Order: sequence, then structure tokens, then C-alpha cells
Amino acid sequence: MNHPSLNPQWQYRTPKQSLLRWFGWFWLVAFTVVCWQIMNENTIWAFVSDAPQQAADIGGRMFPPAWGYINNLWQPLWDTLNIATLGTLLGVLFAIPVAFMAATNTTPSVRFVRPLALLIIVSSRSINSLIWALLLVAIIGPGLLAGIVAIGLRSIGFVAKLLYEAIEEIDEKQVEAIRATGASGAQVIDYAVVPQILPAFWGISVFRWDINIRESTILGLVGAGGLGIQLNASLSTLAWNQVAMIFIVILGTVVISEWVSAKVRQAVL
Amino acid sequence: MPGKSTAHTYPRHWKRPPLLLTHPFWRKVILLGGLVYLILAIQTIEVDWQRVYLGLERGWRFVQGFLVPDFTSRWNDIYAGLLESLTMTVTSTVAGILVSVPIGIGAARNLAPAPVYLACRGIITVSRSFQEVIIAILLVAMFGFGPFAGFLTLAFATIGFLSKLLAEEIEDCDRSQIEAVRATGASWWQVVNYAVQPQVMPRLVGLSLYRFDINFRESAVIGIVGAGGIGATLNTAIDRYEYDSAGAVLIIIIAIVLVVEYSSSYIRRWVQ
Repeated sequence: MNHPSLNPQWQYRTPKQSLLRWFGWFWLVAFTVVCWQIMNENTIWAFVSDAPQQAADIGGRMFPPAWGYINNLWQPLWDTLNIATLGTLLGVLFAIPVAFMAATNTTPSVRFVRPLALLIIVSSRSINSLIWALLLVAIIGPGLLAGIVAIGLRSIGFVAKLLYEAIEEIDEKQVEAIRATGASGAQVIDYAVVPQILPAFWGISVFRWDINIRESTILGLVGAGGLGIQLNASLSTLAWNQVAMIFIVILGTVVISEWVSAKVRQAVL
Repeated sequence: MPGKSTAHTYPRHWKRPPLLLTHPFWRKVILLGGLVYLILAIQTIEVDWQRVYLGLERGWRFVQGFLVPDFTSRWNDIYAGLLESLTMTVTSTVAGILVSVPIGIGAARNLAPAPVYLACRGIITVSRSFQEVIIAILLVAMFGFGPFAGFLTLAFATIGFLSKLLAEEIEDCDRSQIEAVRATGASWWQVVNYAVQPQVMPRLVGLSLYRFDINFRESAVIGIVGAGGIGATLNTAIDRYEYDSAGAVLIIIIAIVLVVEYSSSYIRRWVQ
């Protein structure tokens, strides 16, 4: 009676499945270990092992934050807000035509225009705004303009991607109804497409603005204006208590912008 | 009243009501406020047009460098940076997942007791509120330059992202399955393993692949503040005004992001 075939035991997977899984996990672990080895070839472990001391040291220097330093931060904070807002506006302005060119139902040509629009979206999305800023500071010089253009270039891909997905999901019946009245192409977009994507559009724009506030706080590290310039200056003079104050300001800004964006999205959607 | 019927004419024109900000007063206030802000904000931009004009030539050289990239002359640097970036991405994603699974379970209200829940949510909030670059600055100061600091930065950022979404996914689980497994007398571990894990696994795989993609992109950035990877190579190339090498690095980044994005969407479809 105790023969295994007469006393079957339930198992989660068949033997073949579990063997496959085991091999999958094995290769994943082995691959990770190899990557770990390659990555840490040049790591100086002495620096890693004294990290807790360093952390305590930096923490001690940060601790009371330089509260008075906030008076030097209002102007950069205003610059940061402007970089994020104007950059978002710039990005959205360019993203709208790109999105209409990328959506299969509104594009003028699926074969020629759409791939171009998708290429714009991909290159804008893959490159972080800090890298755009690095390039633009070299090209048009340090300052707010480089930051605004960097934020704008990065936002094009993000806004255009989400917007064209929204355009592709619209209700085609409304488009057909407007077209049946004899509307021209522009009128169809104005009266049938735009009302359907407008809530999504505002939601996406405010969401991107929120992200841009975060990103514009650090653009100054490469010279593109805003709080990052002060951060860079304080870091290079090792004034950790000023750094702590800047972190507090950044955190406050991020929390407020997140709150604003959540409120606006709630109101719009 | 006979006069009313004769005066009854239908309007010949229709004006579309505003789609947003339907209240006329608030519409005016908000539009005016926006305009004032725009004027104030644009005034703060100081543009040195002479510098921009001088820079146009460099900009043109960058466009040329992007169109005719130079992969060969700095290939050793690019290869080293790329290897660091990719290995950093793999290890930090794996480490981030390993840490964020328990934190994600702890941050799910239907599985964890209140103190654990609050602690895990706290960790998530801390990890999410700071940018990768800021964390990288601090960790580079503590752990020294190089990819190890980058690894820690990306792993830390992964925790906030993955745990939060995993916790939300667990909270959205089908309750009846959990109840059914619990009714068999299963312990807490068995409930997690047999009722929750099968439900969230496809989503966890998808999120992990998405985070892998993000981590690679971020690994290109944190190199600028000294945390290793392709960002350092890119920074050097731009500092040397070698736009053809910089163009090559950017093209490689875009290509890898594309490959990762396509393969991850393929794997996600296969898993789900």
C-alpha cells in the first residue's frame, strides 16, 4: 500500500518544469556573480569598509543644518521652478505635433512620418535631462537657458509617448460622427480628438512638471542653473551643513510639487 | 402670447463652450496669473547671445558627431564604461529585487501587522523622495569613486520603486484565494507562497524588467557625479570637446535602451 504510485503526493510543478526553473535560477545567479566580479575589479575595499565612519563623519558635519543659508537659496529656488515650468511648456509645445505624427490614427503617413516621430520620442526618452544639460551647457553656455532646453528636450519624448498612446485609444465613433458632418481634417482633430484626449493631456503635463521639478533641482551640478549650482558650490567646499540645508529645501519642493500635481490630476481626470 | 412664437428664432451659430476651466471668472484669473508668471519667469533668463552664437558652431559639430560617430578612437574607454554600466545594472537590479520583495510584502496592509507596515512604508518613502543623483553624491562621498557606489545607489532607488508597486499589487490580490489557502490550515509563509506569490509573480517579473531598463538609463547619469559607468566616459568626452565620441556613447545608450525595452516587453508578454 505504501508504493509511491498508489500514494501520490501533490506537487506544485511537474519534474520537467522544476528542472527548467532550477536551471533558469542557476544561470541567473551565476550571471549575477560574474557581473559582480567584473564590476568590483577596481573597487578599493578599504574605502568600502570605512564607509560607516565616513557616514558618521558626514552626518556629524551635516547635523545642525545651516538654517541661515536659506536666504541664499530663494533665488536659485525661483530659478529651479522657472526651469521646470518653462522647460515643461517647451517640451509640451513640441510634443503635441510629435504625438499626432506618431499615433497611427492621426499620422499623415504610417510609413514615413511615424517612424521619424517614434525616433524623436525614443532618443529624447533614452537620454536623461542631466546628459542633455551637460551637452547644452557645452553648446550654449551655462545658465538657465541650457536647463530649460534640457528639460524641454527630455520632456518631448515622455509627453509625446503617453499622449500618442492616449490618441490611439480614443473612441473612433466620435471621429466618424464629426467627419460625417463634412468637417475638414483639422476640424476633426479639434472637435473629435482633442476633447477626448484633453484630460489625459493635462494629467500627463502636470505629471511631467512634477518630475521636471525633481530633475531641475540637480541640473545645476553641470552648470545649468538652479539649486544645483549652490549644491555644487557647497559640495566642493565640503560645507556639509549647507548641503544638508539644500537637501531640506529640495525635499520640501519635491513634496509640495507632488502634492500640487496630485491635486491637479484629481481635479482634471 | 402670440409675440413669443414669432420672435422665436434659432441661433445660426454655435460656439463651443470651453473644455476646461468652465467658470468664466476663474478662467480669467488663472489665465491672467499664468501670463504674469510667464512674463516674470522669462525675465529671469539671462541669455548671452554672443555666447550662444559662438556655441552654435559647437552645436553644429555635435550634430555632425552624432551623425558620424567615432566609435574607434576612444573604444577602450567606451568599452570599460559600458561594461561597468551593464554589470552595475545587473547586480543592482538583482540586489534591489532581493531587498524589495520582503519590504514589499511588509508594506502590504493585508499581509503585515501595523508596526511592520509603517516601518516598510517609511523605508519606501525615504527611498522615493531623493533623486538617484543626490543619493549617488552622498554614497560616493562615503564609499569612494567607482561602480560600487553606483551599485548601492541604484539598488537603493530600486527598493523604493519596486517595493511600492509590489505592495500595491499584493493589496489588490484576490482575497478569496488567500482565504481558500488559509482555510486549509496553511501557515503565514504558506499563504504567501501558495496564494499571493502566484498572483503577483507576472507583475513582479514585468516590474523588475522595467526597473532594469530604468537602472541602465540612470547608470549613464550617476557616472557624472563619480559613481562609475558610461556617464563618466560621456562626461570626459564632452569635457574634451570630442563630440564624435560623445555621439557614439549616446548612440550606444539609445541602442541598448531600445534593445532592453523591446526584449522586456517581449518577455512580459510571454510571462503574462
